[in-house]
Amino acid sequence: MSEGISDGRFTDGKPNLRRFHQARWDEPAIFELSCPGQRGILVPEVEADIRRRVGDITAILPDEMRRKELPRLPEMSQVHVLRHYVRLSQENLGADLNVDVGQGTCTMKYSPKVNDQLARSPKMAELHPWQDADTVQGILEILYRFEQILKAISGMDRFSFQPGAGSAAIYTNVSIIRAYHRACGLADQRDEIITTIFSHPSNAACAKTAGFKVITLYPDEDGYPDLEALKAAASERTAGLLITNPEDTGIFNPRIEEFVALVHAAGGLCAYDQANANGILGITRARDAGFDLCHFNLHKTFSAPHGCGGPAVGAVGVTPDLARFLPVPVLEFDRQKYHLDYDRPDSIGKVRSFAGVAPVILKAYAWAMSLGADGLRQVAEISVLNNNYLLKKMLEIPGVTAPYAKGKRRIEQVRYSWQKLTEDTGVHSEQIGVRAADYGVHYWTSHHPWIVPEPCTLEPTESYSKDDLDEYAAILAHVAAEAYTDPARVSSAPHNSTIHAIDHDPFDDPDRWAVTWRAYKRKLEERG
Amino acid sequence: MRKKKLGLIVNPVAGLGGRVGLKGSDGLEVQRQALVLGAVPQAANRATQALERLIPLADQFDLIACPGEMGETAAVAGGLAPTVIGAIPPRRTTAEDTRRAAKEMLALAVDLLLFAGGDGTARDVCQAVGQALPALGIPAGVKIHSAVYATSPMSAGDLAALFLQGKVAGRREAEVMDVDEDAVRQGVLTAALYGYLAIPFQRELVQGCKAPSGPGEAAAMDAIACQVVDGMEPGRLYILGPGTTTRAIATRLGLAKTLIGVDVVLDNCLLAADVNETQLLTLAQGRPAQIVVTPIGGQGYLFGRGNQQISPAVIRAVGRESVTVVSTPHKVHTLEGRPFLVDTGDLAVDRLLSGHIRVITGYGEQIVYRISDGVLI
Repeated sequence: MSEGISDGRFTDGKPNLRRFHQARWDEPAIFELSCPGQRGILVPEVEADIRRRVGDITAILPDEMRRKELPRLPEMSQVHVLRHYVRLSQENLGADLNVDVGQGTCTMKYSPKVNDQLARSPKMAELHPWQDADTVQGILEILYRFEQILKAISGMDRFSFQPGAGSAAIYTNVSIIRAYHRACGLADQRDEIITTIFSHPSNAACAKTAGFKVITLYPDEDGYPDLEALKAAASERTAGLLITNPEDTGIFNPRIEEFVALVHAAGGLCAYDQANANGILGITRARDAGFDLCHFNLHKTFSAPHGCGGPAVGAVGVTPDLARFLPVPVLEFDRQKYHLDYDRPDSIGKVRSFAGVAPVILKAYAWAMSLGADGLRQVAEISVLNNNYLLKKMLEIPGVTAPYAKGKRRIEQVRYSWQKLTEDTGVHSEQIGVRAADYGVHYWTSHHPWIVPEPCTLEPTESYSKDDLDEYAAILAHVAAEAYTDPARVSSAPHNSTIHAIDHDPFDDPDRWAVTWRAYKRKLEERG
Repeated sequence: MRKKKLGLIVNPVAGLGGRVGLKGSDGLEVQRQALVLGAVPQAANRATQALERLIPLADQFDLIACPGEMGETAAVAGGLAPTVIGAIPPRRTTAEDTRRAAKEMLALAVDLLLFAGGDGTARDVCQAVGQALPALGIPAGVKIHSAVYATSPMSAGDLAALFLQGKVAGRREAEVMDVDEDAVRQGVLTAALYGYLAIPFQRELVQGCKAPSGPGEAAAMDAIACQVVDGMEPGRLYILGPGTTTRAIATRLGLAKTLIGVDVVLDNCLLAADVNETQLLTLAQGRPAQIVVTPIGGQGYLFGRGNQQISPAVIRAVGRESVTVVSTPHKVHTLEGRPFLVDTGDLAVDRLLSGHIRVITGYGEQIVYRISDGVLI
């Protein structure tokens, strides 16, 4: 007789590995499901009388706005569309399904559903950003109040919510740095931005996109950001420092004040990428460390949540001296009314439309207010506690190390290495992650740079219980043991998941990568 | 689809000298000494470890091996059935046997040549086949200064498997280095660059979707070359060290480059090719000059390995501030955080060079990296 599911879940009160199996539908892309002539909605014929009175409504469209040919959309019935997307949703290991600590650097946390309900209420959903400010005083008040919260958390003087992502916020910071040096007449001379290799890679990328030269510092012998390297890099050409702290390794820069002082002495500005703020909320402040600019990711730290590349907000905060450069509009309050100020001659302009993605800010505000100041500090404390608990559990697994700053505690995440296990067994970090999916948890190997060999970054935020962390560590310990006893089982994973291992080779091959169906078809044809 | 052909050469005496402290295994006398000291041949075991990784693909490729201890034995131990070519002489194998075998593999047009050995073996393979076919080393030797070896026998097997399945399309020119063993035994390390083998290049396993990796080594080198050429000043002498990254600079200028030698460029023209120390000192006299070097992949040597022409005297004459280091980010990552090394033979110059240096890694992209003056063999 088969064992009951609940009987198998625990042994001596400890959770066992889940007997998980992912749904598998072998579902084609929606374009392949198109069936000529099928329709989701049949629009009723316009009555003859109406047609006669209105005339040809398409005649009002200017010629240049008319399509030359019909859009090539898939032709499908409603039920087929619905079935398609429900199936895809089942072939997923989303944040609401699994213990999502394996997506380090992304600050995956539980986003309370009540905040989604608020954002979906007609009071929010039916607003339009073109409405006159007089008619949207409520949401402007929330923007204003949330700005006060971020000012208290960071020590900065003014914020802009306009950037639509972390990278957009970094780009905004770089643009403000340039505007500052231009105002000083030094824009041509100060053309170098300094960052560190374990700062979020967006810092280097945004500086480059903005036209700066990028100088990247490597860690010192102990794995900390290298002050001597900074001394070699800082000069009269330095425009600024873009730095993440703690870095993506979870290491907090113990000499951060010296970093800032050195760059200031060279005449540069310092921008603090607070993408990893989850472990320091209410504990350290950007301004107190001397920074001139900073940004927070509301979709990460403030739970908004991640929108799969959808709406996000990178909130940019600056000191009083830099406020004049912030993007337009800036929200002002005259003690009676809120209004949006566009008349700011020194502003860098716009990095995006309007004053910020309002529903995201509303969710972040609701989340922060539900916790209060003490609660926000607790977020940081629990994140750090969770992380160091998981660090201890992970280091007990044969084949795992935590390179750099060995033996030291980490803040809110750790970049681990499976190099030892790879050398012993031939099994790679990526294969461990795919095998972990067989047990119902998501895991990724980390983003660039791949300096830590066979990397894996775990970030157990405040949302995860001790049981969650025990389960996650038990899964990785089990997979690691499998790698030693039956490596083929791990390297041929997944066995219980949606599809088999994906060929990653085309991902960085411009001749083969495709992000649209049209590009896919074209490149497929070109390759024969 | 045509079945792929995998060639296998094992240098059975590679690695003999290592564990018994002989710093290498070149030459019959040293090998005899090693055996007397109780050395156990390692190369066949290492080759077997690599070949075991290929068992799941056994019916998808033909393995062509040299006879007996030069390959056949390791292949059979690894569970594969090789086609055996050539004959093995009834004596201890020599470098000449490796070269002859490699030439036979070339004549048979194998798709990939796997060879187990050390730096000496890589030199022999390089001499015989150059870059006419892709080759990959299974590390088995005492000295591994060459960048043509996988990090372990297992990873050599894995990379070969990916290659045979057509999953690795890229090639990389990797350095073949060797040191003079007799000199090392007397406490002097001199390493020379002997050439390049075309090894399969596995892009770092691309992860998730958050950050795609760059468009490859060739594009990275081209970006570096653009940056260096953009910064060139008229009347300044550019001393281009050996390597593929510095070659890209010459290519950008429309010039041919001596791959394993030092060339000198002035005002976008090739002033002298494959120069020695004396020529460099003469050319640099009375002119501003710039040294452009790239680290040896996997090792990190900037000076003293394969570019001894750029001697301590040349470095002193040019000055540390006029040393430009160029490297693709990938090459820096292969160092796994270890510093660059210098071993010019002059401790004072090594010390002068040590500290932090800016490295050009792309167009408008630099890193600051440490140079250590500690000599590591």
